[in-house]
Amino acid sequence: MKRERVGTAEKPSMVREPDQQIVNDFSIVVATVNGTGSQTANMALLRSLFRMGVPVNSRNLFPSNIQGLPTWFTIRASTREHFARSESTQILVLMNETTYEEDLAMLEPGSVCFYADHFEVEPKPPGVICYPMPVKDIVREASPPKQLRDYMTNMVYVGVIAEMLGIDLSEIQLALETHFQGNPKPVDLNMGIVDQAALWARENLTKEDPYVVRRDDKTRGKILIDGNTAAALGAIYGGLTFAAWYPITPASSLADGVLEYLPRLRRDPESDDATCAVIQAEDEISAIGMAIGAGWAGARAMTSTSGPGISLMAEFAGLAFFAEVPVVIWDVQRMGPSTGLPTRTSQGDILFVRFLGHGDTKQVMLLPGNMAECFEFGWRAFDIAERLQTPVFVLSDLDLGMNLWMSEPFTYPDEPMDRGKVLSAEDLDRIGEFARYRDVDGDGIPYRTLPGTNHPLAPWFARGTGHDESAFYSEDPEVWTRNIERLWRKMETAREYMPKPILRRGDTPEAVGIIVYGSTNPAVHEARHLLAEQGLPTDYLRIRAIPFTDEIETFIREHERIYVVEMNQDGQMRQLLQLEYPDQAVKLRSLTHNDGISLTGKWVADAVTAAEQN
Amino acid sequence: MATSMVNEIQLTKKDYKGRPSTLCQGCGHNSIASQIMAACFEMSIQPEELIKISGIGCSSKSPAYFMSRSFGFNGVHGRMPSLATGAIVANRSLKAIGISGDGDTASIGIGQFKHILRRNAPLVYIVENNGVYGLTKGQFSATADVGQELKYQGTNPFLPVDICMEAVASNCGFVARSFAGDPKQVKELIKAALVYKGTAVIDIISPCVTFNNRDESTKSYAWGRAHEDRLHDVTLVPLRNEIVVEYGPGEVLTVPMHDGSMLMLKKLGRKYDPADRVAALSLLEQARARQELVTGLIFYNPDQPSLQEVEDLIHVPLSQLPDELLRPAPETLEAIMADYR
Ligand SMILES: Cc1ncc(C[n+]2csc(CCOP(=O)(O)OP(=O)(O)O)c2C)c(N)n1
Ligand code: SF4
Ligand SMILES: [Mg+2]
Repeated sequence: MKRERVGTAEKPSMVREPDQQIVNDFSIVVATVNGTGSQTANMALLRSLFRMGVPVNSRNLFPSNIQGLPTWFTIRASTREHFARSESTQILVLMNETTYEEDLAMLEPGSVCFYADHFEVEPKPPGVICYPMPVKDIVREASPPKQLRDYMTNMVYVGVIAEMLGIDLSEIQLALETHFQGNPKPVDLNMGIVDQAALWARENLTKEDPYVVRRDDKTRGKILIDGNTAAALGAIYGGLTFAAWYPITPASSLADGVLEYLPRLRRDPESDDATCAVIQAEDEISAIGMAIGAGWAGARAMTSTSGPGISLMAEFAGLAFFAEVPVVIWDVQRMGPSTGLPTRTSQGDILFVRFLGHGDTKQVMLLPGNMAECFEFGWRAFDIAERLQTPVFVLSDLDLGMNLWMSEPFTYPDEPMDRGKVLSAEDLDRIGEFARYRDVDGDGIPYRTLPGTNHPLAPWFARGTGHDESAFYSEDPEVWTRNIERLWRKMETAREYMPKPILRRGDTPEAVGIIVYGSTNPAVHEARHLLAEQGLPTDYLRIRAIPFTDEIETFIREHERIYVVEMNQDGQMRQLLQLEYPDQAVKLRSLTHNDGISLTGKWVADAVTAAEQN
Repeated sequence: MATSMVNEIQLTKKDYKGRPSTLCQGCGHNSIASQIMAACFEMSIQPEELIKISGIGCSSKSPAYFMSRSFGFNGVHGRMPSLATGAIVANRSLKAIGISGDGDTASIGIGQFKHILRRNAPLVYIVENNGVYGLTKGQFSATADVGQELKYQGTNPFLPVDICMEAVASNCGFVARSFAGDPKQVKELIKAALVYKGTAVIDIISPCVTFNNRDESTKSYAWGRAHEDRLHDVTLVPLRNEIVVEYGPGEVLTVPMHDGSMLMLKKLGRKYDPADRVAALSLLEQARARQELVTGLIFYNPDQPSLQEVEDLIHVPLSQLPDELLRPAPETLEAIMADYR
């Protein structure tokens, strides 16, 4: 290892002329092995960029495994806030010898590669600017405790990249303090290596690439958070009183978030007792069963799971729909069928959940597309569930749930809690009669009483069997038909309570409209820019709930061609739209891609262009 | 007692009645329903403050046939325990009776049965055990005797699941067995279970007169009458009542219940201490080997904390909390947001 200083004390990043620099716009991919503490290193880089005012987001592509398999962490910095996965990588960090050949294949000429210099064969891709990192030497120099050495190796690339791109070391220090929640010991140990590595880079590397980081103010006031934490917070601010769950990737961290924040946010100030119960169930059948029991008894009840859990919940979901019990179910989707790719993202549960349960069932669904909506739908789902007396499914996915996204800070709920049509003993005294399933208001939503309401008129018998207005058992065909028709009427009323779609269009509609929902939104956002640059302006609609609202129909009718972009094999949302608007079916074209890796703006733009040429 | 008589909360027996039963004449489940009504009447339970939860089966239908002034939930097959758990955590002031069958509990629902016991959620868990699937017309259940003959299915080759043995193995603190043909004992055990703070399992042999009442079946009336062996004579003396019966020395074992009631176990033939778990298991094993229907309180342990205690919940039912306790103040959200900057 060379020890002498190279050149002047000037930062290497100053070597290029400013007009040749590419500032705050690049995608970094860090190729490591999971279980080696790379998360600490990656978070330090991400947070320091964010706090320097650079818009960023991140994606973690990880294996279904605890230790020893390759993972790729992507940080995308984008002044235009393009946060879809980027198809091209400008900066690659090679820490995993077993994958580096494939990893290098993702690089185009002109891009940059930092590599651990102890690989058997030195990576020398043509046209790529390569910087070696003497990882082992630097770690040895910093001499952290032996048992921690393996976990700290990754801090080397943090220091080298910080130096070469111009990330302030003081920001790395602060980011580590956040990561270790102020615990000075690990901060110092890790920072020791970062400093060492930065110093080495300063003395030994000459900057040849154009990528630099410069302080900006584009993240002022913003937050960096994952969708599962956002959902957990939303639920807690929504008055969650009962949660039951069973561990499953990528949903577990939603329950973790609830458990983390409850002690701080939801204790009775007088007694210090908990105002919310959380139970780890023995399986998802039990988890939803408990949530339904709690919802029936008057709790704001929730369960969170992913596809395999949803499969197990089907029977109970139908019961809750039919017995009209409010309950909230988060489905953080992953790739199926079966165990599928449990650590990869997908939007494959849309159709299944919409009709979850045997017989005639229609489930209400909310579709968050960003962090603020994960929070908002977290609380709003309870209002909708209690208003409509029905299960509300919130469909997130791994990309939203487990990755860090930049967001506006969350807005405190701007409406009081809606507990729906619940009658108290005093109400019953006043009214003098009660039939649980009578459509008193003509909106299909009946009135309910909660178990424990001390009035002889209050009790009713919840059941999955055919029942009349008074909840008594009935096999009468007319009674059955009337009840289902009322439920369908209720699902019409449901539209009023659904979050409206987000629209982007000019005064006169373009020929092409794009419909999107959930985590594929950033790819469409970016694609519309690319398409506009190529001379194809498009209108945009993002669906946020099912059942659909009128704006969706209008949008479809006023465009000649509609592309529905989603991550599943057969265009599940398109099918739902075609079912709802059969006369518009031929207009609705499906653009799908489903390999577990989130969509890129380029893929969407190319797919639209290709389809337009057909 | 005449129907006009009132209990401590001024209700008559009529106030505990259910809808007319649609079960077969003579079905054991009907007589259990009668004893539930009697027990709740005698315990002066406010019907609106009790919930009845069940799975699916003839047995699970019966909550419709007792206590119409109570809230009920007839759920899905084998999942009564999860519904019950959620409901009683949501509203801890409710008393809860869960009704299940041997199919509902020992076949499709064995997992939920085991896990509610592990959590010790406050629930009177009644298994109306007839060794057969009544509602689907007479298939073998998991408690069917080995060698049991059924009209359509022939001979059962498998050993039965013993509900009480499973309950003791799962650390249930209140395990009882009874016989629908022994109404007084059924009633007294239900009364005791109603004041137990955790999950109380009562496995009641409840003959299915239509599909499994041949004299050789251990789930038949004839067998029960001939082979019932009462461990003791059970009487629950509720909190406010005085103990009126005089017992000779050593004649009765007095078990204090959580609410201050007393469970009196009057000795019959043998000496038996329900606090001894090993004794409980060997009793069940002997009863199996000798093909006896041992009834009474088989195991009792008041020490295991209930789910409510473990959850450290506020005393006001969660379902009745005011909005201020449900939605944290705006400043708290601002503070959290600052952590993510
Ligand atoms: C998921 C599911 N599978 C099967 C059934 C059909 N089924 C209804 S009742 C029953 C058996 C009930 O037996 P048990 O619990 O012993 O009650 P019994 O009728 O004997 O009182 C079955 C299998 C069902 N309702 N649900
Ligand atoms: S079939 Fe058997 S269990 Fe069902 S109601 Fe008739 S006697 Fe009772
Ligand atoms: Mg049975």
